[in-house]
Amino acid sequence: MGAHYGLRDWIGQRVTAVYMALYTVIFAFCALSLPEMSYDAWSNLFRGGLMRFLTLLFFLSLFYHAWVGVRDIFMDYIKPVGIRLALHVVVLFLLIGYAGWAAQILWRL
Amino acid sequence: MLSCFCFGRTAAGTWPHIEGYNNMSQATAHKTRPKHLALHEIRLPLPGIVSILHRISGAGLFLLLPFLLFLFDLSLSPETFAEYKSWVSNPLVKLILFGLLWAYLHHFCAGIRFLLLDLHIAGDLQPARTTSRIVLAVSLVLTLVIGVMLW
Repeated sequence: MGAHYGLRDWIGQRVTAVYMALYTVIFAFCALSLPEMSYDAWSNLFRGGLMRFLTLLFFLSLFYHAWVGVRDIFMDYIKPVGIRLALHVVVLFLLIGYAGWAAQILWRL
Repeated sequence: MLSCFCFGRTAAGTWPHIEGYNNMSQATAHKTRPKHLALHEIRLPLPGIVSILHRISGAGLFLLLPFLLFLFDLSLSPETFAEYKSWVSNPLVKLILFGLLWAYLHHFCAGIRFLLLDLHIAGDLQPARTTSRIVLAVSLVLTLVIGVMLW
């Protein structure tokens, strides 16, 4: 395997972190200023095209960020290569599944 | 930033800013050197505590992702919104979400600190300790404030 995936993931982890931090501040501001926690008010938050796109981007950032972080944890603590690779595959499949789930939640609105 | 990944593996000696590093090496110079890390005698310095909590909070958030997506799913459909409401009014669920709120906020604050360290900001011993205190305090206070607003 090439040695460049480390740098790519290192940068990716930080780029996704910055995006998620910005999204979090905007989202927290919008969500905490909702007049009431009703279905209409809550779902309206995500109904706009821009917010839906930004939210999906947040989820994709989150899952990529989680992939890098969890993989780093496994590389530090799980020494047997077979078990580690198996765990990597499980996490990867889980995160891809979550991405599909998140898209489905947002786009059925 | 490497501190965040490696401190669990690195002996105190490889970190120049670890508290008591110099004292420790002076003290052990006169004694027989230990053959293994005396984990119960090593006190994790403040930046190390922030670092391991960053890892633990990240792992916790990852493990509970399906639960959070499940709640998000319930909350965004008119048929299941009531079900979502009953889930989040359960005291045990509230407690879990309170913990996750802290995990998110700690991960957020510590993450910003690590990004600054990447830019060589506040990397010296004293600033590193100060920003560690700030991270711990701000994430706790924000957890209380937002937690009370949402409770």
